[in-house]
Amino acid sequence: MSEADNLQQLATQVRRDILRMVHAVNSGHPGGSLGCADFLSALYFEIMDLEPSQFRMDGRGEDVFFLSNGHISPLWYSVLARRGYFSVSELATFRKLNSRLQGHPSTDKGLPGVRMASGSLGQGLSVAIGQALAKKMDGDSKLVYSLHGDGELQEGQIWEAAMFAAANKVDNLIATVDYNRQQIDGPLEKVMDLFDLKAKWEAFGWNVLEMNGHHIPEIIKVLKQAKNITGKETPILILMHTQMGKGVDYMEGTHEWHGKAPNDELLEIALQQLPETLGDY
Amino acid sequence: MITYEVKGHKDTRSGFGEALLELAASDERVVGLCADLTGSLKMGDFAAEYPHRFFQAGIAEANMMGVAAGMASAGKIPFAATFANFGSGRVYDQIRQSIAYSRNNVKICVSHAGLTLGEDGATHQMLEDLGMMKMLPNMCVINPCDFNQTKQATHAIAQYEGPVYLRFGRPKMPVFIPEDMPFKIGKAITLKHGKDVTIIATGHLVWPAMEAAKELHNKGVDAEVINMHTIKPLDTDAVIHSVRKTGCVVTAEEHMLNGGMGESIATLLSNRMPAPLEMVGVADTFGESGKPQELMEKYGLTHQNVANAALKVVQRKT
Repeated sequence: MSEADNLQQLATQVRRDILRMVHAVNSGHPGGSLGCADFLSALYFEIMDLEPSQFRMDGRGEDVFFLSNGHISPLWYSVLARRGYFSVSELATFRKLNSRLQGHPSTDKGLPGVRMASGSLGQGLSVAIGQALAKKMDGDSKLVYSLHGDGELQEGQIWEAAMFAAANKVDNLIATVDYNRQQIDGPLEKVMDLFDLKAKWEAFGWNVLEMNGHHIPEIIKVLKQAKNITGKETPILILMHTQMGKGVDYMEGTHEWHGKAPNDELLEIALQQLPETLGDY
Repeated sequence: MITYEVKGHKDTRSGFGEALLELAASDERVVGLCADLTGSLKMGDFAAEYPHRFFQAGIAEANMMGVAAGMASAGKIPFAATFANFGSGRVYDQIRQSIAYSRNNVKICVSHAGLTLGEDGATHQMLEDLGMMKMLPNMCVINPCDFNQTKQATHAIAQYEGPVYLRFGRPKMPVFIPEDMPFKIGKAITLKHGKDVTIIATGHLVWPAMEAAKELHNKGVDAEVINMHTIKPLDTDAVIHSVRKTGCVVTAEEHMLNGGMGESIATLLSNRMPAPLEMVGVADTFGESGKPQELMEKYGLTHQNVANAALKVVQRKT
């Protein structure tokens, strides 16, 4: 079996985890989580240089990831658990009282893998830039990755950060935008159109790549390509084309499942479309 | 008891700038960020001497706070500096999530706080920041009273692990704290002992409190003066100990009465040892343009206001 097939199986299991997690507490954000499952699986299992058993808050000597759109926490928690940061059984505590798996990621409960709280949107790019600059000061050649929603780009701080990164030649950062064109109130172009995103980022001085966020070989290829163009005095952005809700037919391509959990019946329908691969938690 | 005397006039922000330069030499983890106010924040020497550890954020404070948080997460000790207005209210959510909740070791250092900013007027006269910052869990809030104490505080916060809001100001003010005076975060300093009334002051109101004590002495009232440089964590023992002796309190600060240091002290005393209390501060109003001293007079923040409050509160003792 090829590496891509293995990752596909992993992503399928991660999607099952997401659905079961949000269903169990009847809350959380399945849509964006499902849409980024292929990307985050590939990033953590194929691209990033890290050692879960020796997790350090300061990220020294390893690649570091920041989730800026913190509401897709079920995805991140599933990938972290599957990667070995903590036991997959802990996924059952998601959003419950006293859990380390808060509704939005936090550092105060000491969950390995999380270095910054996120959820209030627009802050993660600045944070990633700070970590990237610290790595440069320390002569640490590892990279910083971040993930952002497309609706999140409506926050002004994102563009402050975009200006700052280019002006400061933050070229050890690869930021990815989940370009699913959906947000809570509806299609992105109806809520507030972002027009030509590629041109916008390029105008801000970034090197922009594009990829299909549901084709694992392409994700790996483009992420490797992005790594190859680090260190060239330009920050890198990947516009990742995805479908919100990917993998569950009735959730795909609509904002309806942005922040809503399926009921018992709909969960069963969803899980039938995503057969168990690595074993449920 | 030391006798305090004024040894010239200097701005508190210069104390910050000098200390930052000293810190940079002794600790490589210290980095500086500023949002297009490097001269006003007295960070020019630091920026010139340590260009690779200074980051010009431009007029984009939200991003500056986030970048500082990211640097802190990687082990740096970022000093993120701007005016009080732009380092608190404008970026409250960034401070809340990326710094306070995430418990990042960021030092938010703000100048031009309060009415003494002067002629620029109310848009820039931040009078609500102590309240906003003290409400944040994990946040340490410090408001030093003169040049020397600002220097001492800047050194102290570098040694402290966790988020800090350090507030200072623009104009030249009396320098009266000895250079070698020990400064401990959360430990109030009793500048003058007395038995009739406790005056608790912070920031630019500490020297007027000392002047008020002199005037009160001439009127036969023996005032104790406490310099509450740390608003949070509040030195509750110092307050209780003093008020147990004097039986009444005056608080004085260059800040809104709502949410200020006086409010913290009123809450403490109401809970543990109710006592007559008068507050000197700004009463639910914005400031305006004017010379610093004119504004302090118009808005009731002079040594005379402190002395009058003390005479009043002494009368309220049963």
